[in-house]
Amino acid sequence: MEKYEKLTGIAAPMPLVNIDTDMIIPKVFLKSIARTGFGKNLFDEMRFNRDGTEIPDFVLNKPQYRDASILIAGDNFGCGSSREHAPWAIADFGIKCIISTSFADIFFNNSFKNGILPIVMPQEVVDVLMQDAEKGANARMTVDLESQIVTTSDGEEFSFEVDAFKKHCLLNGLDDIGLTYQKIDAIDAFEAEQAAKAPWL
Amino acid sequence: MSAPKTLYDKIWDAHVAHEAEDGTCLLYIDRHLVHEVTSAQAFEGLRIAGRKVRAPHKTIAVPDHNVPTTLDRADPATMTEESRIQVNALDTNAKEFGVHYYPVSDVRQGIVHIVGPEQGWTLPGMTVVCGDSHTATHGAFGALAHGIGTSEVEHVLATQTLIQKKSKNMKVEITGKLKPGVTAKDITLAVIGETGTAGGTGYVIEYCGEAIRDLSMEGRMTVCNMAIEGGARAGLIAPDETTFAYCKGRPNAPKGADWDAALENWKTLYTDEGAEFDLVVTLKGEDIQPVVTWGTSPEDVLPITATVPSADDFEGGKVAAAQRSLDYMGLTPGQKLTDIAIDTVFIGSCTNGRIEDLRAAAEILKGKKIKDGLRAMVVPGSGLVRAQAEEEGLADIFKDAGFEWRMAGCSMCLAMNPDQLAEHERCASTSNRNFEGRQGYKGRTHLVSPAMAAAAAITGKLTDVRTLT
Ligand code: SF4
Repeated sequence: MEKYEKLTGIAAPMPLVNIDTDMIIPKVFLKSIARTGFGKNLFDEMRFNRDGTEIPDFVLNKPQYRDASILIAGDNFGCGSSREHAPWAIADFGIKCIISTSFADIFFNNSFKNGILPIVMPQEVVDVLMQDAEKGANARMTVDLESQIVTTSDGEEFSFEVDAFKKHCLLNGLDDIGLTYQKIDAIDAFEAEQAAKAPWL
Repeated sequence: MSAPKTLYDKIWDAHVAHEAEDGTCLLYIDRHLVHEVTSAQAFEGLRIAGRKVRAPHKTIAVPDHNVPTTLDRADPATMTEESRIQVNALDTNAKEFGVHYYPVSDVRQGIVHIVGPEQGWTLPGMTVVCGDSHTATHGAFGALAHGIGTSEVEHVLATQTLIQKKSKNMKVEITGKLKPGVTAKDITLAVIGETGTAGGTGYVIEYCGEAIRDLSMEGRMTVCNMAIEGGARAGLIAPDETTFAYCKGRPNAPKGADWDAALENWKTLYTDEGAEFDLVVTLKGEDIQPVVTWGTSPEDVLPITATVPSADDFEGGKVAAAQRSLDYMGLTPGQKLTDIAIDTVFIGSCTNGRIEDLRAAAEILKGKKIKDGLRAMVVPGSGLVRAQAEEEGLADIFKDAGFEWRMAGCSMCLAMNPDQLAEHERCASTSNRNFEGRQGYKGRTHLVSPAMAAAAAITGKLTDVRTLT
């Protein structure tokens, strides 16, 4: 995975609550056995008509947001299925950070594994960021994972919390499996003990 | 004496293989269930890195999401090219990596969350994962069961562990008895109506109380299945005699002395007196009514006797969401829910595709016909459920009433196979998600119990099942 760098970019406002994984990537696009190429179908049913033409009102179709790299979203973003195609599509589109008041658990975990930083902020802060995002393409927001600070286009700063281990992995582009293999002795020992104690497993 | 623990604490503590200073744990996984949609990229990752499946004997694969449910499905022409590639990839991967496998041609094939318990792979006290959010189903056995993403699927295949931090404890107690016509589906929807779809975020829920104890294993699976719709990482129900009786004699359940040892261990799986929960929600069983969803989020739940709400009845971000739902669903505020006419009835899914669900629906349908012009289908959750329903005469009741009697799979629960709603078609469905487009592009879904689905099939409208009996 690539190292997560300080990000300055356009933020797209999506105030809708409960944006679910079926909206993010409808299931008709889950049939690929690859990990890439999902970006063109991100938010497909909200973004395109059935005949493939764009729905002009949809935020990512507006000229000022086509190159957004940050999403400011309503509560409970990413609820629904465990499909990792959702963060794959988001990352493939070029979005690297999502800010909301809350995220669904599985989506939240999946994001980190795909170079996307989900940030939880209180409602008041999300409101400020949403307003900033609504200013359009000239309003660039900055997300600095290292110092854990989001800066609006006006220079207003908000700090955020992030799990130390997840931050470390993202900043250094670390692969989870490689990290876990370093602890393989602990897994071996656990397995041996369990086999003795609970042979039915 | 050690501090009192919740059921979740106990299962968690028994599976921590490594704990880092910041509390990040490697949780050991006892059972890994795999289906075709979320696994291909994970197996491919192993192959590229030259890695093996660490515990193939603890890994169980079954295709379910894409498979056609028509009788002629052995014919490859019934699948789209892309679906075939995905199912074939699972076939190849299962064989190459040597995991347990139930192909489409096997009578035991079905929805992964129905096959696991049926075959005795899911047992109390285990950790169970699957690249599917409804893995929560297995919590009905007192097993800690989560849905995971594909990167995590690969991680579990390679290491048999999951990187996790502990969640908080939430207790959902359903006191007293249920009224007639009220089922496990109504309980689980009522809870989500109460807590909202984000209410469980960060928690593992333990469901308890008399109304939960009174449920069969099938009913308990229905309740835990939808813990994820409430946002929780997992749902749990403490195992008891009902659980043990269900497990006994299953093909992969322990036998002989192993059974005795297992049973002794399982009997310690309960929340200790005095253990602390971070959040407690209590509902009275007798207050729960047969419910339906009116909107496009599972939290949009109302008793069947209610009327369609207006967006003004909500606050904050939910106002716009409610308006969007009303428009999408084509409903008018103030309209009686029982006046909503439907085109399709779907009975099936990992929420309600088990034998008891089919019995409940057949009970209502016995000797009756579905409304003229309605499309109705039953998709049993597994080949074995299907066989049992045929043996019990349920299949004939469905067929005589005018239902299609299908082969096992996910089918119209997520409509990845050809079973889909057409634009603006309205469905009374026993599945778990009413999201926009879930059952087909611009399709409209009302979530209900199997008995309510059967009632709707007869009248052609959303119907209070209690008025039919
Ligand atoms: S039946 Fe529906 S919810 Fe269950 S596993 Fe299949 S698609 Fe998912």
